[in-house]
Amino acid sequence: MIDNSIMDFRQLDLLAGGDSVIHRLDPRTKVLVTLAFIIAVVSFDRYALGALLPFVLFPVATMAIANLPVGFFAAKVMLVSLVAVAIGIFNPLLDSQVLVRIGNVGISAGWVSFGSIILRSALTITAALLLTATTGFSAICQALGRLGMPEVFVRQLQFMYRYLFVLTEEAQRMARARELRSFGKGGQGIRALSSMVGHLLLRTWERAERIHIAMRCRGFNGRMAASCSTGFGLVDLLFLLGWITLFTLLRLYDLPRLIGDTIMTLTL
Amino acid sequence: MSHHIVAARQLSFSYPDGTPALKEVSFCIHHGESVAVIGANGAGKSTLLLHLNGYLAPAAGQVQIGEAAVTRHNLDEVRRTVGMVFQNPDDQLFMPTVYDDVAFGPLNLGRAPDEVERSVRTALASVGAAHLADKPPYRLSGGEKKRVAIATVLAMDPAILVMDEPTAGLDPFSRRELIGLLQAFNHTRIITSHDLDMVAEVCQRVIVLHEGGVRADGPLREIFADAQLLHDCRLEPPLSMQSCVNCGTPATGGNHLKQNDYVCASAEAT
Repeated sequence: MIDNSIMDFRQLDLLAGGDSVIHRLDPRTKVLVTLAFIIAVVSFDRYALGALLPFVLFPVATMAIANLPVGFFAAKVMLVSLVAVAIGIFNPLLDSQVLVRIGNVGISAGWVSFGSIILRSALTITAALLLTATTGFSAICQALGRLGMPEVFVRQLQFMYRYLFVLTEEAQRMARARELRSFGKGGQGIRALSSMVGHLLLRTWERAERIHIAMRCRGFNGRMAASCSTGFGLVDLLFLLGWITLFTLLRLYDLPRLIGDTIMTLTL
Repeated sequence: MSHHIVAARQLSFSYPDGTPALKEVSFCIHHGESVAVIGANGAGKSTLLLHLNGYLAPAAGQVQIGEAAVTRHNLDEVRRTVGMVFQNPDDQLFMPTVYDDVAFGPLNLGRAPDEVERSVRTALASVGAAHLADKPPYRLSGGEKKRVAIATVLAMDPAILVMDEPTAGLDPFSRRELIGLLQAFNHTRIITSHDLDMVAEVCQRVIVLHEGGVRADGPLREIFADAQLLHDCRLEPPLSMQSCVNCGTPATGGNHLKQNDYVCASAEAT
């Protein structure tokens, strides 16, 4: 399980090494657009379903332009959507008032809000994954720093990401060592487990000390000197303004309903 | 700092719990020398190394780098002169990419961007890792990590290289590459290792630490020929200087031996 999620991280990083118009954008642009997207999607009221549909355009366009594997993201989103299902599953039971009628079938408000929750979580998770897959985690951290996030948090995030791999590998080696000597008997259960967690903490602590020594030896004095020099260009400006305008319009006007109304008036 | 002398004078140190780690250690290493500090586990090798760049402050005695003694006030200067390569490269490579990591030191020294770029490229090229620049550290092999860790230090143009167990955990080929690299440097080199065959190829002088004190200090050939001394210090002569495994003929001994020299000619003939 841990294995898989670490592999996903590596996969996302590999994808971020690609080259496309979207990959080449300034990381700050992508962070801001993704943030705007998430805020727009989340700010709809709980029965919004149709009005959310046009927002699918953003992830679809990103995936198409950045040439990303749709299957990979679909699988990830499905996995995370299980959590959303768990959150929304009681809505249809609690909120049974009929909201929409299609022919003779009445759809209750609960089902609509349930659908809305699923759609929203899928949209926001996809957007976050796409941001990572087109930008790379460390570039996102840097962008956040340049957008005003305190340096301490940026550094924490970067170190967490760097040593996540080292830590999980260490934990895996310990787990394997226990496994191999426990002969399928659970390896003394919680007693051994708690000792392992303790050891892992101590080792991490010692490692942190050694890393600090290594940093000090190379002139670290509390501030991370930045070398990044990507610039904010015209393409970035257009990308940023274009999407944010679109998100605002889609948030203010219910596009599917407008289309529906237009068709109705035309046919009448 | 024109003459890059590294000297310890009556250096003593105890850990906070009272365990003495170094007892009146004294030596003087001159510019361009390649010196091995060897000793059993717990003999004080790593503690000694951490004194050389001022990370640990001695309880008594002093460390001299160049013309000045190491104090709290010249730490920056000392750390720029003494480049430290740690045993575990994962501790040394903490930035998102290899490039960023090698640039970390030069940036902290406040160098101009184009100068940083140049020293990073040169450092990576000198360890044969130019093609790894954009990779994240966790996607490197052990040998690659080691070479990049050395580059992170080289990028700061140190006059003195201090390395803790440089060949630990490397496969024979990576180890051979690293030995070639170490031989090619003309920095002052101070190396701790249990890989005494590597020491025999890279160093001319050996300092033997035993229970926190200097037990012997002299030319490599002399030290490695003294079997009793090595045995007393929980060491043994490098394989390349031991007697032939097949017929017991004593090895010719000496510096820069090839790996298989300890199989004598008569054994090879049979």
